[in-house]
Amino acid sequence: MRLGWKELVRRPGRFIAAGGALTLIVILLLLLGGLLDGLTNSSTGAFRAQDAQLIVYSQESRNSLLRSRIEPATEDGIRTVEGVSSVSGLGVVLIGGREAGGEILDLAVFGYEEANAAVPSPPEPGAGYADRTLESEGVSLGDVLEVGPEAVPVRVAGWVEGTTYLAQSGLWVHPDTWHEVLVTSRPDAALDPDTFQAALVRTADDPAEIAERIGTQVPGTSPLTIEEAILALPGVEAQQSTFVQIITVTFVVAGLVVALFFALVVLERLGLFGVLKAVGASSRTLAAGLVTQAILVAVGAFALGGLITLGLSSVIPDEVPVQLEPRRAVITAIGVMATALIGSAISFRKIIRVDPASAVGGS
Amino acid sequence: MPALEMNDVRKVYGSGEQAVVALEHATLRVADDEMVALVGPSGSGKTTLLSIAGGLLEPTEGIVRVGPHEINGYGRKELTRFRREFVGFVFQGANLVPFLSARENLLVVSELAGGDRRHARRRADQLLEELGLAHRADNTPARLSGGEKQRVAIGRALMNEPELVLFDEPTSALDTKLGEQVMELIRKEVKGRGTAAIVVTHDARMTHFADRTVEITDGRLVA
Repeated sequence: MRLGWKELVRRPGRFIAAGGALTLIVILLLLLGGLLDGLTNSSTGAFRAQDAQLIVYSQESRNSLLRSRIEPATEDGIRTVEGVSSVSGLGVVLIGGREAGGEILDLAVFGYEEANAAVPSPPEPGAGYADRTLESEGVSLGDVLEVGPEAVPVRVAGWVEGTTYLAQSGLWVHPDTWHEVLVTSRPDAALDPDTFQAALVRTADDPAEIAERIGTQVPGTSPLTIEEAILALPGVEAQQSTFVQIITVTFVVAGLVVALFFALVVLERLGLFGVLKAVGASSRTLAAGLVTQAILVAVGAFALGGLITLGLSSVIPDEVPVQLEPRRAVITAIGVMATALIGSAISFRKIIRVDPASAVGGS
Repeated sequence: MPALEMNDVRKVYGSGEQAVVALEHATLRVADDEMVALVGPSGSGKTTLLSIAGGLLEPTEGIVRVGPHEINGYGRKELTRFRREFVGFVFQGANLVPFLSARENLLVVSELAGGDRRHARRRADQLLEELGLAHRADNTPARLSGGEKQRVAIGRALMNEPELVLFDEPTSALDTKLGEQVMELIRKEVKGRGTAAIVVTHDARMTHFADRTVEITDGRLVA
């Protein structure tokens, strides 16, 4: 292992090709991951902000919040299910709004009954908590947004973070305000005052079990866990699986780069390995040196790639929803290390087959 | 006890009609402070004999003892340990690790054996001093002359205080004058330590440095 380390330190030039290629791959992986996280969060932030465990739609809605209707009687029915701690209504209108004379803003106006992890209890009617993405659009605290074709006024009473929905900025309002916006924008979709589109359910028990109970005991409902509801959002699952496939292929390419590079390194060193084996080095010692080099090259590539990505993210336009998250960085780091390990391991067989006797006789 | 004892050793490569006999009933004893020159034409079996004596190859038949170690029954791992601890090798063209300094090339042997680092460093410096390379200890092979490289290789072979040192054409890459200097040095080092040595050479002018010369032809030893 020490031999591997010394070669890396003293002849770094030999590893520039592999290190450079891996660095580019790390940048690609981090940006792809950041783009995936950014897109996912901008589509699903409002759902991720929920601390309820379940969301219940009406059965005919096919798990669409916009199509769903939950009547008060259905809510009451859900409350009676054993294991349910609390039930509250949730509704959304995707609509445009503007400050007086300003540009149109894409809004997801949520009507809600209970505070969640990101949003406090509903404000008074006519006020709303705005997602901080609106701040970059020029909205300030205390501003009044005119929402929908009837310009329903909503005063910005506070900021909330990470509550975008289908790439539109969340605006969290009192249920009365939400109903007002709904009826003025889509008179055909007007709901009774106590009717919402979905019911949020809190439980201390196993959410999957409670979901099954609600589905069985309350007719006409389609209960989902929050994770299931996120995947049921339009395009989210397809978007995630597409990105995951691209990221997986990129990891495979990283593995091939490492494998090819170290296969060439081993080929080049067959003579030296024969000599080292002759003087008593085991195949394991030589393989450990190779793995050490592969891991260190990967560590260096990750560090450099991470720094470059951070620099790039600061110049990427706001419209590109790249979101660099520590969790993604950790996954990428582990993936790159594992790929380097596996890539270098492909050359083990060659090392094992080096005959120490090849060191003598000038062969 | 002799440093090396080979009794009736055969080495056959391949089998059936493809079989090639590289060593035929070879018997050789090397005393514990004896330096033997092994000469013979190309393909005569010199390398095979040297490889079997050093635990690099397993004989097809016969007994091989190095000091108290009967190595003909050893497995691959045991042979690796045996080479690491009891045999020294000097290869053609030195074959040093290119990115290590002269001192580190010597220390490789003790690192592989997991020995005490301080002791190893003292020994390496002492060997380099004796070989006239103290001032070159921190130089990599690229900055050493051919003769200096070969001296480093000799130092590496002596690092583990071996019972037997095997030299594979140590002067083949050197001119006559340098070759004689290296042979003189080899003699001085192995004799000074009471270590046995076998020196494979093509060059008849180098054999007079050895205590005796053994000739090998078609896999058979001729005393």
